Amino acid sequence: MYTQGLNQGPDAADRRIEDAALLQRFQERIDAEERIEPNDWMPEAYRRTLVRQISQHAHSEIIGMQPEGNWITRAPSLRRKAALLAKVQDECGHGLYLYAAAETLGVAREEMVEQLLAGKAKYSSIFNYPTLTWADIGAIGWLVDGAAIMNQIPLCRCSYGPYARAMIRVCKEESFHQRQGYEIMLTLCRGNGAQKEMAQDALNRWWWPCLMMFGPPDAASQHTDTSTRWKIKRFTNDELRQKFIDATVPQAHFLGLTVPDPDLRFDEATGHWAHGAIDWEEFRQVVAGNGPCNAQRMERRRRTEEDGAWVRDAARAFAEKEKSRHRAAA
Amino acid sequence: MTEPAASEPKVPLWEVFIRARNGLAHKHVGSLHAADATLALQAARDLYTRRGEGLSIWVVPSAAITASDPAEKGMMFEPTASKVYRHPTFYEIPDEVGHM
Ligand SMILES: [Fe+2]
Ligand SMILES: [Fe+2]
Repeated sequence: MYTQGLNQGPDAADRRIEDAALLQRFQERIDAEERIEPNDWMPEAYRRTLVRQISQHAHSEIIGMQPEGNWITRAPSLRRKAALLAKVQDECGHGLYLYAAAETLGVAREEMVEQLLAGKAKYSSIFNYPTLTWADIGAIGWLVDGAAIMNQIPLCRCSYGPYARAMIRVCKEESFHQRQGYEIMLTLCRGNGAQKEMAQDALNRWWWPCLMMFGPPDAASQHTDTSTRWKIKRFTNDELRQKFIDATVPQAHFLGLTVPDPDLRFDEATGHWAHGAIDWEEFRQVVAGNGPCNAQRMERRRRTEEDGAWVRDAARAFAEKEKSRHRAAA
Repeated sequence: MTEPAASEPKVPLWEVFIRARNGLAHKHVGSLHAADATLALQAARDLYTRRGEGLSIWVVPSAAITASDPAEKGMMFEPTASKVYRHPTFYEIPDEVGHM
């Protein structure tokens, strides 16, 4: 899900012969469910895959603040405003835990941020869709955070220690996100006709993009093999997508809403909900930068970085001044 | 667009330790970037104690930590494996003596 931009295999340069014994020992540790820690030996491709995945995950959390932040000042009550503010603050925290986890692999946060600002890094496609009504805030918490939880729970057992530990922290915080979103949906669905219609409209717009969050179908995804062997990934895209659908469809029915998929049906034989075809062309377009809000998200992120420059300058100048005062006093 | 972020000097990294409850030791919870110790403490509060996770915070410049080398794990820690006499179960005391 956070590896949507990872569509190529390991670089040719990585195929250079690395010490076979080290490689074998590394794989044995992975197979024995040992955690790999920052200073341990690891293949270059493992390091690079993780840096890309963790930094994309971090960027997603940071950019993900925008669609929801859009509604903080317009939340319908103080209770909803306090909850949304706390949720968006959590997402910022998730981004920071993840940047810190990526830094243990030898890449500086400044470099990662610079890649994002330069448009060279990816983030989850879902955050390039607009939040048009208050119901979208309900749908995001319920569906987008719901999908994120599906993806992040297995990552708590990822072979790379710092990533796994960051995910444990994140997962503890996510459950409130999903519950507050579902509660918003529930309130709207128990409200008047217009409110229920608003909830249905939000589900209609968010359902398919949420299914795309899990990434391309297994048949089309090229890097699953190594990631699975290295226990970075424990379920395939399709497996996670199916888990999400199975968990979510009954929740939609409880709300009295209709999932916008005419082909959706419960398959008695498999015990799973079978879904209709996903529009992968739409997904490719959004990942390529042509989604409804890509330009707006990037513009906002760049402007925020520029607007914050004076704060960073002032903090640095003050730290320098304090340091020289200390030296003078010594 | 102004200067890219990388042209700014890097902001120092800090390790964060939190005491969750009275009577417990401070435990490492993660790291963060901050210009100085005061800002590091404030950022640690915002980042790591949003749900009452702690009563006390330490921040330590990451550069000030000296770590053992994982490659020397054997030399550092293996000798203790052979010193079974450091454990209570090494000594045989008859059951009649009771719990000791
Ligand atoms: Fe998050
Ligand atoms: Fe979340």
